[in-house]
Amino acid sequence: MPGKVHVTTTINGESVEFLCEPRQTILEVLRDQLDLTGTKEGCSNGNCGACSILVNGGVIDACLMMAVEAEGEELTTIEGVASAEGLHPLQQKFLEHAALQCGICTPGFIVAAKALLDNEPTPSEERIRLYLAGNLCRCTGYDKIVRAVQDAASAMAE
Amino acid sequence: MATKTEDYLGITDYKVIGTRPIRHDGVDKVVGRAKYGADIDMAGMLHGAVARSPHAHARIKSLDTRKAEALPGVKAVIAVADLPLQEDKIEELGEGAANLQHLRANVLADGKVLYHGHAIAAVAATDVHTAQEAVDLIEIEYEVLQPVLTVREAMQADAPLLLEDLTTQSLGEDSEKKSNVCTHFRHELGDIEKGFAEADLVIEREFFTATVHQGYIEPQNATALWGADGQITVWCSTQGAFDVRAQTAQILEVPVSQVKVVPMEIGGGFGGKIRIYLEPLAAILSKKTGRPVKMVMSRTEVLQATGPTAGSVIRCKMGVDKAGNLIAAQADMRYESGSFPGSWAAPGAMCIFAPYNIPHVLIDGYEVLVNKPWTMAYRAPGATNAAFASETLIDELCEQLGVDPLAFRLKNSAKEGTRRADGPVYPRIGHEQCVETARDSEHYATQFNGKNRGRGVASGFWFNVGLKSSAAASVNPDGTVSLVEGSTDIGGTRTSIAMQLAEVLGIGAEEVKPQVVDTDSVGETDVTGGSRTTFATGWAAYQCALDIKAQMIERAAKLWEIAVDDVVFEDGYFSSSDASKTISFKELAGRLDETGGPLMGRATVNPPGVGGAFAVMIADVEVDTDTGKVEILRVSMIQDAGKAIHPSYVEGQMQGGTAQGIGWALNEEYAYNADGLLTNASLLDYRMPTCLDLPMIETHIVEVPNPGHPYGVRGVGEVPIVPPVAAVANAIYDAIGVRLTILPMSPGEILKALWTKNGTT
Repeated sequence: MPGKVHVTTTINGESVEFLCEPRQTILEVLRDQLDLTGTKEGCSNGNCGACSILVNGGVIDACLMMAVEAEGEELTTIEGVASAEGLHPLQQKFLEHAALQCGICTPGFIVAAKALLDNEPTPSEERIRLYLAGNLCRCTGYDKIVRAVQDAASAMAE
Repeated sequence: MATKTEDYLGITDYKVIGTRPIRHDGVDKVVGRAKYGADIDMAGMLHGAVARSPHAHARIKSLDTRKAEALPGVKAVIAVADLPLQEDKIEELGEGAANLQHLRANVLADGKVLYHGHAIAAVAATDVHTAQEAVDLIEIEYEVLQPVLTVREAMQADAPLLLEDLTTQSLGEDSEKKSNVCTHFRHELGDIEKGFAEADLVIEREFFTATVHQGYIEPQNATALWGADGQITVWCSTQGAFDVRAQTAQILEVPVSQVKVVPMEIGGGFGGKIRIYLEPLAAILSKKTGRPVKMVMSRTEVLQATGPTAGSVIRCKMGVDKAGNLIAAQADMRYESGSFPGSWAAPGAMCIFAPYNIPHVLIDGYEVLVNKPWTMAYRAPGATNAAFASETLIDELCEQLGVDPLAFRLKNSAKEGTRRADGPVYPRIGHEQCVETARDSEHYATQFNGKNRGRGVASGFWFNVGLKSSAAASVNPDGTVSLVEGSTDIGGTRTSIAMQLAEVLGIGAEEVKPQVVDTDSVGETDVTGGSRTTFATGWAAYQCALDIKAQMIERAAKLWEIAVDDVVFEDGYFSSSDASKTISFKELAGRLDETGGPLMGRATVNPPGVGGAFAVMIADVEVDTDTGKVEILRVSMIQDAGKAIHPSYVEGQMQGGTAQGIGWALNEEYAYNADGLLTNASLLDYRMPTCLDLPMIETHIVEVPNPGHPYGVRGVGEVPIVPPVAAVANAIYDAIGVRLTILPMSPGEILKALWTKNGTT
């Protein structure tokens, strides 16, 4: 087994250093070493989106990114979406619209939807569906998720 | 399910019920703080992994774990010999019973592997990668046997036997005949031959449905600590903590009191998280190492070795008279059980003709072993397969009779007093109201035309269950109530349960603090399954509130030094005939110390008055005849909830069931190769609907109160998955004129059917 690698990165606005094995994904390090368990593991091969995080503002599946690749990057996880002032409008609208049932996919959806709204403040329903097609939800049939994102976009435009 | 009791209170001016408060666990779940099973970490924790069979059917000739044990970091390796032997005995396991020897042999293979991915040995190591490496070092020699993959193969006289001692239980008796057929049962109503003789139009077809998975996004997980005092704690994601306790204690051969199960948040279940898989492995590995052991399945393991639900072959025959009355219906239902007995033909048979009043019915059901994982419940298990057959035939009957399919369903609808073929006579039910609501909907009234476009409808039934639930609650000095209950919350049930308590006490939903607690902290509570949680645990919360109310009335009487009979409680206020004596629930809660100290309510229930649920779906589709792809353009789900406690979460169940049903209809299937190996054990290849595959899902909640519940609640979780498959099949027929009788109705099947129809290949 090769030695551990030292990585310096930024997570949710704070500088973070960690040691990892070259074979570890950033998902594993976030969850098992940094105690950021809000990012969920559903498939570990990039098909379900439960582990969506933002890297420099773009959505990626954390299970497909090696931990060493985080060097020098800016990461945002679900734990960094709310602020001291309160919930992000997406989080508030997910609650109001009952857009979660079991909740395991919810962090991934909120993170992915945040990336969408950060770049496109007024997406169409079709655009929302296309953007979130990499995130699987087995409970809701997506109806209330799409509505929550639409409503969050409206709330953020005000 | 028929009940003579009328428990329905007939309340019409609810304060809390029917509103849409934000769920109590919501914030934790949107900020990522909610702890699911895989989120557990503790000091000294080891990580487990499982060695699994690369064959579908084989004898294990030898197992050598020495190299694995020698790997640095490996702390323990176990195989079936580490599990205590079990009696040949059937035990209830939540949704379905199972033989304990089979449960043990599924946890770890005993001499023979029966499916690709069958667990054989387990390892605990200092990290998950080392555990995986150790698994790869376990040396297993096999004698590969011929796999049996379909019901048809399995039922042939010379089929290889999966369980060599298994004999068919036929019509309630042991046939003593060795076979892959576990069970044959029959339901009879009237005289089937006479019925078909009286019919003017009879249609018969055979339907095939693929093996499908529940598809929850969170893989199975279990963490166990076998303490030096002998106490075993299991943390896991389960639909039923008490079921996990009972099964784990059985498999480990310890008393239930020695096992505490802590239900973590659960990332979906749909029937698939009731049976134990990892729990006893983690426990034994913990016993061997003296350290906590965490095990989490990969997605491949989830698809290979948990769930799925039964594929089936259903031959169905239905007859009507010229006036459009259903006269006779017959079904031969053959369901895969997977590797061990216990399948879903029985509930399927309870549902197949359930929406209708049919005088002559004959149903034969078979549950059959095949070299696939041991099947589990999946949302109204068995009923979706069944409705695909019966609701497609009804569509065909309507077409040939030239009648509107909803008018036909209304004319033939089951109603209060109708006897179902498997015996029960319906109390008040809501199928007619669902059909009427569908008929009167804007969706149905809007024409849907165009090339290769079509509309289909279908009905569905699920009987729901009651079972045991417990709740306890304490009144806080600030007037809030802390509620503990045992139903794991998969879709907002903390809130729908708390609302039923709040309604009684005249407080807001947000003034109740519901918690799902471990098996040492609440009375026994059965699974979150069978659409029972809001019905039965909600009832426990209601009873608990009545207990609190009665005690609070005593406290008010004490405070005012008057007789208990002179205190009334209404709209959150206690009062007496003396108008000066009135106090709110909240104020009195603040004066408990001066009236006798802390106050708790408690209740345990096993309500008999289960209300069956019906649903109707309207589906509009467009078929691309070049590619065979079906696009869902508009859908409406209409469902009788009895009473929607929290309408948003009722809609959520309806929408989720609809989406799963559409996936089952169009995409999802277990793809096995000729060797019986699962070739699509990933979420890329096991293709569940994404949000791009679906439109908005319109919902119509019908409320025909269940006479067997104080608030009229019926279960809502399961029935919405029943109609979609048939509704989509009927819509495809309407669009392109071909009847699909094979699931999934994938592009390939659609093209095959079109080519057959057009005489091209």
